[in-house]
Amino acid sequence: MTPDQLLIASLALPLIALLFNYLFSFHANLRDGTTVIVACLLFFVNTLLAAHVFDEQAVRWEGVEMMPGFRIAFSIEPLGMLFALVASGLWILTTVYAVGYMRSEKEANQMRFFGCFAIAIFAATCAAFSKDLFTLFVAYELMTISTYPLVTHHGTTEARNGGRVYLGILFSTSIGFLLLALAWTYQIAGTLDFKLGGILAEAHTAGRVSSTQLIVLLGLYAFGIGKAALMPIHRWLPAAMVAPTPVSALLHAVAVVKVGVFFVLKVAVFVFGIDLLHQSQTSVWLCYAAGISLLLASIVAMTKDNLKSRLAYSTIGQLSYVTLGAALATPNSIIGGGMHIVMHAVGKITLFFCAGAIYVATHKKHVSEMKGLGRQMPFTFGAFLLASLCIIGLPPGGGAWSKWFLATGTVERAVESGQSHFYFLTAALMISSLLNIAYLIPIPMIAFMKSPEKDGDCIDKNADDQRPNTSHEEHTDDHPATSGGEAPLACVIPLCCTALLSVVLFFAAGWIYDILLPITKS
Amino acid sequence: MRNHLPILLVVVPLIAAPACLLLGNRRLIYLFSLVVAWLTFANSLRLLATVLVSGKLRYNIGNWAPPYGIEFVADPLSAFVAMFVSGMAAAVLAYAPRLVEVEIPAEKQHYFYSLYLTCLTGLLGITLTGDLFNVFVFLEISSLSSYALISLGKDRRAVLASLQYLFIGSIGATFFLIGVGLLYQVTGTLNMLDIARRLQELEIVNGQGIVMLASTRTLRVALAFMTVGLGIKMAVFPVHKWLPNAYTFAPNVVTCLLAATSTKVAVYVLIRLIYGIFTLEFSFDLLPMRYELILLSFLGIFTASLAAIFQSDVKKILAYSSVAQLGYMVLGVNLISAMGLSGAIVHMFNHAVIKGALFMVVGCFALRLGSVQLEDWRGAGKRLPWTSFAWVLAGLGLIGVPLTAGFISKWTLLLALAQEETWFLAGALVVSSLLAVVYVWRVVEVLYFGQPSQKVLEAKEAPLSMLVPTYGLILVMMVFGFWTEYSLGIAQQAAATMLETATMLKEVAK
Repeated sequence: MTPDQLLIASLALPLIALLFNYLFSFHANLRDGTTVIVACLLFFVNTLLAAHVFDEQAVRWEGVEMMPGFRIAFSIEPLGMLFALVASGLWILTTVYAVGYMRSEKEANQMRFFGCFAIAIFAATCAAFSKDLFTLFVAYELMTISTYPLVTHHGTTEARNGGRVYLGILFSTSIGFLLLALAWTYQIAGTLDFKLGGILAEAHTAGRVSSTQLIVLLGLYAFGIGKAALMPIHRWLPAAMVAPTPVSALLHAVAVVKVGVFFVLKVAVFVFGIDLLHQSQTSVWLCYAAGISLLLASIVAMTKDNLKSRLAYSTIGQLSYVTLGAALATPNSIIGGGMHIVMHAVGKITLFFCAGAIYVATHKKHVSEMKGLGRQMPFTFGAFLLASLCIIGLPPGGGAWSKWFLATGTVERAVESGQSHFYFLTAALMISSLLNIAYLIPIPMIAFMKSPEKDGDCIDKNADDQRPNTSHEEHTDDHPATSGGEAPLACVIPLCCTALLSVVLFFAAGWIYDILLPITKS
Repeated sequence: MRNHLPILLVVVPLIAAPACLLLGNRRLIYLFSLVVAWLTFANSLRLLATVLVSGKLRYNIGNWAPPYGIEFVADPLSAFVAMFVSGMAAAVLAYAPRLVEVEIPAEKQHYFYSLYLTCLTGLLGITLTGDLFNVFVFLEISSLSSYALISLGKDRRAVLASLQYLFIGSIGATFFLIGVGLLYQVTGTLNMLDIARRLQELEIVNGQGIVMLASTRTLRVALAFMTVGLGIKMAVFPVHKWLPNAYTFAPNVVTCLLAATSTKVAVYVLIRLIYGIFTLEFSFDLLPMRYELILLSFLGIFTASLAAIFQSDVKKILAYSSVAQLGYMVLGVNLISAMGLSGAIVHMFNHAVIKGALFMVVGCFALRLGSVQLEDWRGAGKRLPWTSFAWVLAGLGLIGVPLTAGFISKWTLLLALAQEETWFLAGALVVSSLLAVVYVWRVVEVLYFGQPSQKVLEAKEAPLSMLVPTYGLILVMMVFGFWTEYSLGIAQQAAATMLETATMLKEVAK
């Protein structure tokens, strides 16, 4: 197959999964089996594609003309390819995990669940390969809509309220700000195509847009891309945690939030252009907005006892790292941002998998109840520890490298621009890493070190806590932490894989660096 | 045959309407009117194709040459409007029979089909005629038949709503007629093109600078009267009050038809009036109509959307939403750019399809649940999955989410505003479409998250004969969401023609 055909295949495969999911809805094993096979195929196709793209070959598909002057068109550059690889690779593991999770929780409407999942992956692939802002926007909106049924999967009042916040914030930002930004960009630049070096740079030198206007425009993008969860528009992310854990895992560690920061990076590199952001000081405010956001999110995360909300706030913080990388707009920071998309995806998905596995095995949602669970679930908590290292940015976690490049980016910017206030951001990054340690490491520590004797407390707490619903109650009662053991294999294997991957990535960082290097040149 | 298409579009339903009454059997009447409606649609498609290929088509009735005789004119704009009006009428009629059986008393059903075709005649007549007085005549034909259609229902409140509409509608029609009379007084002709030419000549004869003609005041009054009259017909804020009641209490089938067609036709006449008869300078500079209408359209968009949010009756939600959506069309018309005008034209089409689909969904629910109160729809997502999902899809179109037709029109309007660099208005546009999210999603939440109401528990899925047309329209909406060659493409061509006419008229005058 030619690369262009591979691209089309890569876009079509999630839709084929959707079709199979519908056709085989009568037989659960057949349905889930085909999904996994299609997911593997997608990953395989993407690796073939990657070989071409990283070889700096042009791979494109002109798609369809939607309106005169606006096409749905695809053209792959390294950053998008990397994102597609991550999303498709983790889709395989998540599907396996979701099968285990959904079945042991006896969740209803599994067909709808896996169907929406496939659409979300389709949207992520479209976004990754998009040739212009218009296509990316369409994919972005498609993802919002397709994930709404996933977020509200349980159909309870709580789910409805969560879904309301989710859809409300994502729609109002994307329609209210992002769409406006697109129209404005088109008006200024006359095109929406991504171009290395930026499409606005030329207009700026020609005087068609002033620096102040650029700052406003960047603001429209930064806050319009609600999925990047820059504070204060982060509220949808914790709200979306009402979803079943596999959804939180893939969507809120990989696809949805990463589409957001991917969008931000694309805007920085291909719309504004690194040089423009650099020279015009357009993005200085955004650096600080991201810096504040990442510190605040980490602080809030420390106060959360519910494991999933803690992870949600942690995600908000880590997303701000990528936004910071985009805003700093130095070669190293862009590479750091792009790399952090990968590292954080692998690390965070592991953490969510672990949270889900713990819930499946013990029906515990709160950190304070997890004392001594480590002995019962050594693999889960071991994986948790490894992934925490990755998120914090300590070797041997892959996150060490991305954070290193981001920190270098701040220094680079400070040195090059001669403005020493950028060192504040370096400090912010360091402090944030410490905060990450403070909210992540205690979890495996409690699980391994504390003895489960006190779990009388835990059970009391569990009884006070109305959240575990009645059908689970007896389940919880008949096993205090000793009898249970690990979650089903289908849950444990994927999380071990991703934890190992986060370590492998520590050694593969050089490869990612080489891949991303071309996009930092202009 | 091809040359006779413009008149055939009007004559076929006109003759068929009374013929309906002659057929005794209800089934037979239905089949007959269905055939007529689809035949008309087929004709309108052929007309559109002809016009797009070979340009404007003019037809002299009785072979009397204009301006003495009456002519029908089909240019891209009128052919396009005629196409979707007859298309929607055909689609709604295909959907109708089950609802008609339930909603309209058996002894009145033959009147229903007859009036339906009469209404269609009037609407198509308005779009195709090239004679201003004729517009008034057809406007009355369509209005009178719609007053009657609204009052056909079993709901007694429909009579009052119909009466209200009759009073206000008659005032509107009278205003329009006064305007026509004044224009006739100045120019001595009723043919649109002729009026336009003579107005230009007047400018030259008396003009120093641009417009200094003796009868300026008469002309201004004429334009003002006609605009207000049309404003009433298309329910522009603040003269929209008749619409929510009329839509709400009319039988559901009737609402489908009216919501999809009648207000759009009034917008069409406004475009004709501003771009085809009066010059842009006259409409927009001499009379500061532009800013007033833009202001009114935004006020309309916001107040009506807010009103929609707080309704408990789903038909009222949609009715207020129609008032709001109409604001977008009026806005586009008044931007005086190719982009803005094509946005308005394409939104006429897109909104017709979307609103038609939504009211069809309402009809499905009404049939099965016997109620259009939001409260009674609670939890219907499980019992009536296809109907509920149709609401979600069509609702996404109404919001203007990408990959639906609604996005195309909003994006075009947004680009038009960006072109003018009126960022304040652009901001207002995007914010207003967020209000649509609220009123659409309110219903979605009720459908999917509530405990099923008693009525829902007793109900079953809507019949296939109604779901198929509904999903047909939704499919059309989706297709024209990412392939716009024949929606936006034609709209752009129509807008270009209108703007050309406007500039050409000027040049002729020089």
